[in-house]
Amino acid sequence: MTTTEQNIDDILVPILEQVSDPEIPVLSIMDMGVVRSAVIENNKVKVQITPTYSGCPAMDVIGDDIKAALKHAGYDSEVELILHPAWTTDWITPRGRKALEDYGIAAPLGPEADKDVLLHGKRIVKCTNCGSQNTRLVSQFGSTACKAQFQCDDCQEPFDYFKCLK
Amino acid sequence: MKQNLYNYILGIADNSLILGQRMGELCGHGPSLETDIACTNISLDLFGQVRSYFQYASKLAGDGRTEDDIAMLRQEREYVNVLLVEQPNTDFAYTIARHFLFDVYHLLFLTELEKSKDLTLSAIAKKCIKEVRYHERFTSDWMKRLGDGTAESKAKIQEAINDLWTYTDELFHQTKADKAMVAEGIGVDVTKLKDAYYEKVNEVLTEATLETPESKYFQKGGKKGIHTEHMGYLLAELQYMQRAYPNMEW
Ligand SMILES: [Zn+2]
Repeated sequence: MTTTEQNIDDILVPILEQVSDPEIPVLSIMDMGVVRSAVIENNKVKVQITPTYSGCPAMDVIGDDIKAALKHAGYDSEVELILHPAWTTDWITPRGRKALEDYGIAAPLGPEADKDVLLHGKRIVKCTNCGSQNTRLVSQFGSTACKAQFQCDDCQEPFDYFKCLK
Repeated sequence: MKQNLYNYILGIADNSLILGQRMGELCGHGPSLETDIACTNISLDLFGQVRSYFQYASKLAGDGRTEDDIAMLRQEREYVNVLLVEQPNTDFAYTIARHFLFDVYHLLFLTELEKSKDLTLSAIAKKCIKEVRYHERFTSDWMKRLGDGTAESKAKIQEAINDLWTYTDELFHQTKADKAMVAEGIGVDVTKLKDAYYEKVNEVLTEATLETPESKYFQKGGKKGIHTEHMGYLLAELQYMQRAYPNMEW
């Protein structure tokens, strides 16, 4: 686990929890771990977010959605994109991992297991439909850069696996 | 303005920009749905990295030039990418070989850039490494699948490697900006990456049952803005929107 402090004012947490990742609507940006800090200074909220992947087209939308949610709660805000420390899949909360699985996206495994499934065809990613581990990699890149494509050989369900980024 | 640092950033970013454009050309044209999506995702990663570099360059320039201006509105001679990345998608073997030959370098380079005294560059490098590791896995994997595949795939990937080999040495040439940045502890001494590069490339080629070319004749020029005949066509497509509809934003 990377030790990086998040600095978010308690009062802002419920507001930010309403903002979701536009590509994975069941996942709040808080559970995704992209909000690194949010503090109120002189009646203005300063938010820092970090991109999951450099080219993630969702980041601009997330920035706008945060501003809109805060505006709705009565705050003006500024959103800054920071690159350091770099986002890691470790920052997805347990609740976030569960939301991913329920949505049909297998949550990231650890870095070694990730290598095993993506490079050596090991069958350990659990099918999000039936729970079987008899699954195989179809493509290292899935519907977005952060996911790989899998298929279950038991129930035939095709599904995405959220790649480990560490 | 810190001219050397600015030029140095362009030297890094132009490689990703031009390679990203080449990979993006495969959108809707990949040999299979999965490879099509993979190539465009890799392209997207590279463009994302380019944005971080050019946003920084734009800040350094401080003269109102935006990231879009820097990316889209230069003349051919002002782009300083290596010749390797501008080579065309002749067929899928060329696409994979070109990207593989760059990935091995890219990963070694970013690993060193992460140690830069410039905190912005170090942060960008740290972010990029995570992504490029996936790119390198993808292309190394395809090198082996094509090399150790059918007689036809093997012949094609060997031909692509042989043809593109002549562009590999330029990766390790130092520019004036390179030297200045290395002296300041900001830049990476690319000359020192050469041995590890050829060792890694050789390792993958061997595993792919391919021959490592022995040719010692190398092309250069990209880093000085002197490009191959393919560059103009690439830029025409890259710059079309920005020139047709000035001031568009990403
Ligand atoms: Zn299943």
